[in-house]
Amino acid sequence: MDLATIIPILDATLRSATPLLFVCLAGLFSERSGIIDIGLEGKLLIAAFFSASVAAMSGSVWIGLLAGIGASLVLSLLHGVASITFRGNQLISGVALNFLASGLTVVIGENWFGLGGRTPQLSGAARFQPIHLPGVEAMADVPVIGPIYSNLISGHTILVYAAIVTVALTWWVLFRTRFGLHLRAVGENPESVDTAGISVIRLRYSAMVIAGVLCGIGGAYLATGLAAGFVKEMSAGRGFIALAALIFAKWRPWYALAACLLFGFLDAVGTRFQKLEVLGVNVPTQFMQALPYILTVVILAGFVGKAIPPRAGGTPYVKER
Amino acid sequence: MNKLPKWVDVALIPFINLLLALIVSGLVILYIGESPFEAISIMVRGAVGSTYGWGYTLYYATNFIFTGLAVAVAFQARMFNIGGEGQAAIGSLGVALVCLAVPWPHWLIALPAAVIAGAIFGAAWAAIPAYLQAKRGSHIVITTIMFNFIASALLVYLLVNVMKPVGTMAPETGRFPPGTFLPDAYDMAGWVGLRFSRSAPLNITFFIAILCCVLVYLLIWRTRLGYQIRAFGQSESAAVYAGISPVRITMITMLISGGLAGLMGINAVMGEAERLVIDPVQGAGFVGIAVALMGRSHPAGVFLAGLLFGMLYQGGGELEFDIPAISREMILVIQALVILFTGAFDNMIRMPLERLFNRPGRGGGSPAKPMPPGEGTTHKPAVSEPEKS
Repeated sequence: MDLATIIPILDATLRSATPLLFVCLAGLFSERSGIIDIGLEGKLLIAAFFSASVAAMSGSVWIGLLAGIGASLVLSLLHGVASITFRGNQLISGVALNFLASGLTVVIGENWFGLGGRTPQLSGAARFQPIHLPGVEAMADVPVIGPIYSNLISGHTILVYAAIVTVALTWWVLFRTRFGLHLRAVGENPESVDTAGISVIRLRYSAMVIAGVLCGIGGAYLATGLAAGFVKEMSAGRGFIALAALIFAKWRPWYALAACLLFGFLDAVGTRFQKLEVLGVNVPTQFMQALPYILTVVILAGFVGKAIPPRAGGTPYVKER
Repeated sequence: MNKLPKWVDVALIPFINLLLALIVSGLVILYIGESPFEAISIMVRGAVGSTYGWGYTLYYATNFIFTGLAVAVAFQARMFNIGGEGQAAIGSLGVALVCLAVPWPHWLIALPAAVIAGAIFGAAWAAIPAYLQAKRGSHIVITTIMFNFIASALLVYLLVNVMKPVGTMAPETGRFPPGTFLPDAYDMAGWVGLRFSRSAPLNITFFIAILCCVLVYLLIWRTRLGYQIRAFGQSESAAVYAGISPVRITMITMLISGGLAGLMGINAVMGEAERLVIDPVQGAGFVGIAVALMGRSHPAGVFLAGLLFGMLYQGGGELEFDIPAISREMILVIQALVILFTGAFDNMIRMPLERLFNRPGRGGGSPAKPMPPGEGTTHKPAVSEPEKS
């Protein structure tokens, strides 16, 4: 394999890892606060739909992004009300929200556009356009570094770079701020946080808001950056892959970046090569698609380093009286 | 401890939940610019207004009873088996393999073999998540989700590369031999001299589903094993103290659950499609979650909720036919709202009702002691908190 083959694959890796990364970090905030979120898929889907629809109607991708964030926030807060205020089952709430998103996106989409659940094709200002970093032309002729800089590092939409920045930001918030300390504590031992006079409920709701915003950006990238419009069920299990990546990363931001890049790479390779031969054995595409899930089960099984989730995950907090 | 009268728990609360789900769905239909009342009358007529409608309603109900029982059995042990979709897909694979393996002379011989294969394949697919939960403490919800995706990829691989007949394009197996064709509602009605729609997919599997409801009831409430499953679900530590092995109960419960989900293949693959297609389950595994929640994890409740969701699916199909502005995905919205209100927002209805029924001088035999404020909110959700990681 030469550079000309590798660079497009790595380029595609970066692009397919971006929505995963946003959603994975959303899950990270949520689960670190003790709220299990299997509704990530639904939030991603509904954000993709609303961002594409509003971008199509307004002609501005930024208004679309806001709409996507708004829609995802609504689902996130519903999850919060169910699991924090009413102390319902967080898993069941997540399942319900996934269905709600798959149903509503098509029902409303059909009503708005009548295109069988699609939105119109987006173009121009209604889509996130690639950004060309400074010095691309000057660098282009330099061997090795030139193609890497101009084809791999430059030429992505702003959200791809934002995703990487978000990883650093997440790490900083979680491990270098007071809020992050409280958030990590509330996911492990809410009683201790409560005893210290900090509101468990407010912390958990803030986590839901952050998760909603991040899923919203991820969904907007999916429909207005990666693709040029919304199609029915376009999230295609990415929310669950992100959940898998979160476990793979053991709930840590930088590892989440690595896990999302790995799963993005598997996706890119699976799309690029319909027939893949490794060491003389034909690897079916279906195996490549299932690989993230298989790897996650192996990690969960604890054979390769144990994945221990935040301890208070899934249990509603009841204040003692 | 707050106690609600039984009729409130098993009838009133589910009814209010369902009503709320329907009201919100009605608002969505209003938003689209159609009449919710017209929509519901079309749905009811489409679902139960003809033998054709009943034939589809009961066919869907059969699928949902199997997957609903699967979720309900796991709920009894306070485990959330979200993998019904994958288990049913692999169960369908087992049914298809049996049907294709031998030129069966008569369905009476093929059916028991297919039942065993469906159950074993479904149970096997549940076995690995169950083992990982029991032995390694891996969260069963996450592993069963992962296994759904793995099952779907496996099925696509097998159909495209292995099981597809040579020279065909569609990723599906060839048609099963005629000896495996199950009697459908038309045939069965004919036995007793009645007429039934010829084109409805309802078949004899419906009675197997009813039999499974009875068997699950007997298992859970009339056997020692069932007692152990319930005890384990109520309190793991108490169960361990009573000498019940968590590993054993987790494994057995999940195997039964997976087996029940796998049996769905009898109805969908052997009874209806008569070949294995790329997605034989069509989301029924997830509907099972709604059915088990609505049915309060009791076989009788699962039966009724299965029927209700059967009507929803058949009626929803007719709805799109009559009012094209309302797409078929409206079913998903209603289903989501039912799960949301019966499962996640259950306490929203339960808390005020508890306050109402536990007020001094109300609710017959309930303690007349005034409740301290907030006491009514400390109880657990009705169904499960399957947190055991």
